[in-house]
Amino acid sequence: MKFINKRNIIMALVLLAIAFPFVTQNDYFIHVMTLSFIWMIGVYGLNLLAGYTGYLSLAHAGFFAVGAYSLGLLTVKAQMNFWLAFVLALIITSILGFLVGLIALRTKEHFFAIYTLCVGYILYLVIDKWDSLTEGVRGLIGIPAPANIGPISFETPLSQYYLVLAILLVVILIVYRIVHSLTGRTYIAIRNSEDLAQTIGISTMKNKLEAFVLSTFFAGLSGALYASFIRFIGPDIGNIVITFDLLTYLLIGGIGTLSGPIVGTVLVVWISQQLQFLQDYRMLIFGPILTLLVIFYPRGIAGSIAGWNAKRAEKKLAKAQLDERFSQSTLAAENQVKEG
Amino acid sequence: MFLETKNLSKKFGGLTAVNNVDFTVEKGKINAIIGPNGAGKSTFFNLISGFHPPSSGSIILKGQDVTNMPPNKIAELGIARTFQTTNLFEQSTVLDNVTVGHRLRTKSNLLDAVLRSKRLKREEEQCREKALEVIRFTGLEKVAGKLVGSLTQEEKKRTAFALALATEPEIVFLDEPAAGVNPDETEGLAQLMIKMVDSGITVCLIEHKMQMIMKLADKIMVLNYGEKIAEGTADEIRNDPAVIKAYLGGSASA
Repeated sequence: MKFINKRNIIMALVLLAIAFPFVTQNDYFIHVMTLSFIWMIGVYGLNLLAGYTGYLSLAHAGFFAVGAYSLGLLTVKAQMNFWLAFVLALIITSILGFLVGLIALRTKEHFFAIYTLCVGYILYLVIDKWDSLTEGVRGLIGIPAPANIGPISFETPLSQYYLVLAILLVVILIVYRIVHSLTGRTYIAIRNSEDLAQTIGISTMKNKLEAFVLSTFFAGLSGALYASFIRFIGPDIGNIVITFDLLTYLLIGGIGTLSGPIVGTVLVVWISQQLQFLQDYRMLIFGPILTLLVIFYPRGIAGSIAGWNAKRAEKKLAKAQLDERFSQSTLAAENQVKEG
Repeated sequence: MFLETKNLSKKFGGLTAVNNVDFTVEKGKINAIIGPNGAGKSTFFNLISGFHPPSSGSIILKGQDVTNMPPNKIAELGIARTFQTTNLFEQSTVLDNVTVGHRLRTKSNLLDAVLRSKRLKREEEQCREKALEVIRFTGLEKVAGKLVGSLTQEEKKRTAFALALATEPEIVFLDEPAAGVNPDETEGLAQLMIKMVDSGITVCLIEHKMQMIMKLADKIMVLNYGEKIAEGTADEIRNDPAVIKAYLGGSASA
């Protein structure tokens, strides 16, 4: 019986996340952690598409901003009930994702990346320039915090931390279930070889579109949470820089792994907090690290660890088989000797 | 008439890769397509499996016109294929590779996945059962837990067969199944094809290894420059002057 197994590690991490605010007692740390959780949700969306289905979308920040602005506009300008606006924001982002996906998914590989890069930039431009709707560069101010659910209010940073944590855990559960189902296998088959996937009867367009809409849904969720947490949004949240931030988290943590988004986001966000004094020169540190990581550990931290484990298990198996065969052949040899 | 092509042609720009080919695949037999390099064999496969739309002509499966159907629909109708390059998922195990092959016979969707529905669990079990069945059929039990990337070329070919079989096909198209495999292993693969036919699956293959084809195939079609130059049993093909000319050059006499 091993004490350090997957289930115990997950339980420990969840407990750690729940205990975190009491351990630190520091509002700033709680703020940073809440923000990390929000990014993680977006990174999970990116991971489903780029990591599991093999389509790198660079429009992710655009959809993040669509989710954030949908919530902001519906609550601030339309004065709508918070949770209704929240659900609508997710629906709007998903519908937009569906429409974009219909066209974008006709392209592949780097063409897809370039196309979605343009879509992301157009989304940013629309938000930035459509003054009468979005207030342009002035941004949207006074977005309400999440409304009460029954007796629970979300006005304090602590309650918001737990709200975001709860949503993140649900997101992880959903992604876990998708990845470990026939649907997940289907996405992975498309990532590995689209031709082969089609040959074995998979409707690639339908599945790719599904993964794309899912990824935009999570981007929208992440954006809507961001808007209600920060309470102020500007067009910059749709900027391409945000897409690359999310992609960095994913690459460092491990693209196409379940724990990658958590590992990468926590690590990068905390390291950049620690290096705040360096301002933009932080990138001088992150750039080389990322480059080295992609060269030597293309599957990121979580992916490399999983890879080592898989290799070790395989070696163990091969050794066991070899031992078995060896003992059989010596037995056979002994028999021959006896017979001879 | 099981599967039939009528006047099937494919032009890539000015190049006619397949030119007016009439071909019938006979049920329950091993059908082979041979021809020199660049004769259009793989293109012919790509037309039948729906990867390229034909420029003209039609493909008829069991009386149903399947011309211009997308590959996944064609797979659902019971046509499976393997690729010349072993086009497998190298980073996952043989079992995982083959399991997804049965996906087309299942119905569970995203909602089933999120809710972990009974249907999903049942269908996952069904896919696993099918995978184990075809792994046993192709003789891969010993390596079922290995990563495909670490298999020998022959084992990879067998995995590709297993994946094709997991779709429950009625007819399997094999594109150079014995390429890059040594003579002993070639014999093993030939046995596997015979086993497939014995279990009621029709086989159609492209191959360069003449000895193997002549021994194995019930019916052979020869393509040259995209055109059918001969069709018949191994003996008929061996003595066909057009075939000899295509393979050995104009003045050869056999």
